[in-house]
Amino acid sequence: MPGKSFFVDTTLCTACKGCQVACKQWHDLPAEKTENRGSYQNPADLSFNTYKLVRFSEVVADGKLKWLFFADQCRHCIEPPCEMTAEDTTAIFRDSATGAVIFTANTKHLDAQGVIDSCPYDIPRASKDGLLAKCDMCNDRVENGLLPACVATCPTGAMNFGDRSEMLALAKSRLAEVKKAHPKAQLLDSDDVRVIFLVTERPNLYHSFAVASKGAFDVSRKVALKRLVRPFSNFFAGLG
Amino acid sequence: MTNHWNDLANSDCILIMGSNAAENHPISFKYVMQAMKNGAKLISVDPRFTKTSSKADIYTALRSGTDIAFLGGMIKYILDKNLYNKEYVRAYTNAPFIVSKNFQFKNGLFSGYDKKKKSYDKSTWAFEMDKNGVPKMDRSLKDPQCVFELLKNHYSRYDTKLVSSITGTPEADLEKVYAAYAASGKTGKAATIMYAMGWTQHTVGVQNIRTMAIIQQLLANMGIAGGGVNALRGESNVQGSTDHCLLWHIWPGYLKTPRASNRSLADYNDKATPKSNDPLSANWWQNYPKYSVSLLKAYFGANATPGNDFGYNWLPKVDDGKPYSWLDIFDEMYKEKIKGFFAWGQNPACSGANSGKTRAALAKLDWMVNVNLFDNETGSFWRGPGMDPWTIKTEVFMLPACVSVEKEGSITNSGRWMQWRYQGPKPLGDSRPDGDIIVELGEKIKKAYEKGGAFPEPIKNLKWDYWTDGVYDPHKVAKHINGYFLEDVTVGDKVYKKGTLVPSFAFLQADGSTSSGNWLYCNSYTENGNMAARRGQEDAVNKIGLYPGFSWCWPVNRRIIYNRASVDLKGQPWDKKRWVIRWEDGKWIGDVPDGGWPPLESLDKPNPKSKWPFIMRKHGHAQIFGPGLADGPFPEHYEPLECPVEKNLMSEQMMNPTAPIYGTAEDIHATCDPRFPFVGTTYRCVEHWQTGLMTRPQPWLMEMQPQVFVEMSEELAKLKGIQNGERVLASSARGSLECTAMVTKRFKPFIIGGNTIHQVGFPWHYGWRWPETGTEESVNLLTPSTGDPNTRIPETKAFMVNVSKLR
Repeated sequence: MPGKSFFVDTTLCTACKGCQVACKQWHDLPAEKTENRGSYQNPADLSFNTYKLVRFSEVVADGKLKWLFFADQCRHCIEPPCEMTAEDTTAIFRDSATGAVIFTANTKHLDAQGVIDSCPYDIPRASKDGLLAKCDMCNDRVENGLLPACVATCPTGAMNFGDRSEMLALAKSRLAEVKKAHPKAQLLDSDDVRVIFLVTERPNLYHSFAVASKGAFDVSRKVALKRLVRPFSNFFAGLG
Repeated sequence: MTNHWNDLANSDCILIMGSNAAENHPISFKYVMQAMKNGAKLISVDPRFTKTSSKADIYTALRSGTDIAFLGGMIKYILDKNLYNKEYVRAYTNAPFIVSKNFQFKNGLFSGYDKKKKSYDKSTWAFEMDKNGVPKMDRSLKDPQCVFELLKNHYSRYDTKLVSSITGTPEADLEKVYAAYAASGKTGKAATIMYAMGWTQHTVGVQNIRTMAIIQQLLANMGIAGGGVNALRGESNVQGSTDHCLLWHIWPGYLKTPRASNRSLADYNDKATPKSNDPLSANWWQNYPKYSVSLLKAYFGANATPGNDFGYNWLPKVDDGKPYSWLDIFDEMYKEKIKGFFAWGQNPACSGANSGKTRAALAKLDWMVNVNLFDNETGSFWRGPGMDPWTIKTEVFMLPACVSVEKEGSITNSGRWMQWRYQGPKPLGDSRPDGDIIVELGEKIKKAYEKGGAFPEPIKNLKWDYWTDGVYDPHKVAKHINGYFLEDVTVGDKVYKKGTLVPSFAFLQADGSTSSGNWLYCNSYTENGNMAARRGQEDAVNKIGLYPGFSWCWPVNRRIIYNRASVDLKGQPWDKKRWVIRWEDGKWIGDVPDGGWPPLESLDKPNPKSKWPFIMRKHGHAQIFGPGLADGPFPEHYEPLECPVEKNLMSEQMMNPTAPIYGTAEDIHATCDPRFPFVGTTYRCVEHWQTGLMTRPQPWLMEMQPQVFVEMSEELAKLKGIQNGERVLASSARGSLECTAMVTKRFKPFIIGGNTIHQVGFPWHYGWRWPETGTEESVNLLTPSTGDPNTRIPETKAFMVNVSKLR
């Protein structure tokens, strides 16, 4: 499968949040008004103005305290449920060269909640006027030969980006290495997504949506079903 | 750093203690992670489980202020288990030196203590000399009076049980850390330490680092790749500012500030120049007069002549025995003895210990000039919390400075790399580079003195020609720092022409024929160009990441200092794979060696042409016994000024007997006081920078870390009925502030001497001036003005506080 992918090695992430700021800077997104909620994680969640968020989680696993960091973002699914739900490639489409899942201004006309609900990773967020937003893989940078902003700024090599085959190979070799010390290490949904996380603990210890829930990609089947009746709906839409 | 940032990747074991490098030096983790990928162990020791701890193979906690106990236990462990590197220790350290029989340590005090003066007469801390005036040594390390035996004796008290009851670290954890770290004593293994203000900002700050330096000597980790003692500086250019004498007690290049009693240059040079009778000791500081005279020539140019002692008496001297540090400046200001003040590139109203005292002191000034990027809590102190502008007479002037990227010049990073940077955007508005401001200020002062004034000579004679076409010229300054030949000078069979740049400090002269603004930087800007601007990508022959053609490193581009200890007596590297230098075909290859002398060959019959490897020490050996410090030749555990225990379990001496204590109405301390039952410490977080002057106005950074907070254990929160995220009041004997409670598993109560002791911690990045709510104050309102007796850095890492629900 061609196109691009990220490899996010959480074993190297120190939660410096450089990716989070770089994302805001490149996309020129405004800061949110926040409060300290008793956590290093801020803003509290992804939002229409926050596409990349380092999530923090303090857990005790195997009798040891662990502080887990998860640099959350859109996974750029290979078969994106959001795209299928939208059924409007002027609003949500996949970039043919990179595979980036792109949201356009036309998302305003979509059923925002439907798109949000379709995402197995709880990523898209709507503005007040119904526009949807999320990580765009810095497609403009990538097309011009640059790395995504989050990857370019990462000091430790936790964030990686490149051709999908290269990233898969890197992920697999790193997994083999990490497994020596962390037998439970795994790659998350690596066949289904273009943002492949390597984790050493149970995924939901990092974040409830770290990994897609079982059957999450069943949406494709629902959509396929819907498509059977599409000629009619399109026909009526055309009349309107 | 004795080594440098990317050398961390060469280590087999990295101890991070007194630092949270993952949080505060994020780029360092690029190299830490590389080392770990190669199989290195990472150990994190910190009162709080940090981002650094989250990446560590071994984490354990200690109570703030007990590092010497922790590390003293490691020294005992290494000695008891014979894990030290005997070959290295007996050859390169002063372990074999015989110490005076009059040296003593009793009840927590070393011999020579004067209770009234709170200082030591160090004469009994001396080495025994042979008839030639060379230290007596027992290379077998058996003499009961040798340093090695005294070391054993001193740390025999530091058993894990006692250490654990002081530090609160479980004994099993102590042993785990000791075993992992001490494994590097094996020849060919490297372990390193990354420390920062968590070690320095204590009344025992210097001795914290000394303890580790002893460990690094015992384990043969000095001078080698992946080893060393590595101070992670708190700002990108702190190393540079220290090198260039930002501190009161040194001149550029670590020359000494003259004392009032040093009446003449000859007297000053004589007192400052160490003398060794050992022909095998390079005693590099014997060159002192060359550096001091070249500095005076740089200051006063042609006006400095042998007839006027090169202008030596035009420079200010300090009263013998009187300190002039940060703490002392604000103490004097508070006592109304200092009436005018330049706050240049700093924010003392938030950054120094005991900010309440600092702010009160500012109110007693006649005038203050605030040179900074933005207005800050210092410039606006007169309208700050608790201030009545009507009653404050201090006149405040603001000079806007531009930011580093808007100007050209160099910075020197922690790894001693001097890196040239170019101007990006032009300065905004009326802001100007600091260089412009200071050069113009100098011009104006010179002009004012033309009309006369008290003692005008220093000002009138000052060489002040750093303009090019009316603007400050960083290249002129950089060349001036490197130094010039002021006459034709013949060295060996080569003539160096007048007006050319000096190739390195080996060419500096004591007769006034050379100038150098900083001897350590002589070699940085030569006739071959600006060395700091180099961006060569090629590694050296040993392929250990030295990159000698990238930027420039002091001294003389030596990337790993003390590197002549990285080889055996034959000049062959202990570590064959990650070798630093090697003697081959009659010369050294690899890094720039610590002097080009041939190898020692043997200890019994050393090559007379060779030198001991620690060339900056008078006797050429690394110091396990350090007789030069204010508070003792061996580090000893003392409690912080404010601590949670009634007794020092190690000795009868509660706190460092030489630490300064100030006595103004603002200097209130509380130890074992039920009103302030919890240990407090301060630190930083990655989102903010220092007092937040540059980061608090930045919305993307404020979004991530909007408010001052206090981290505490779940146990303490329960005890105090505090919920995570609620606002609480934190207080000490000196002040209080509101902050957000962060209740976390990452702090745990300590068991200290059988009692449960809680610790909390705060980031110190905030101040009332911004955000506009005015509610996010500086945590330095809580910290005490006391500090280390050697450096007088304040003790902001261990003090006593309370936290409680807001009423």
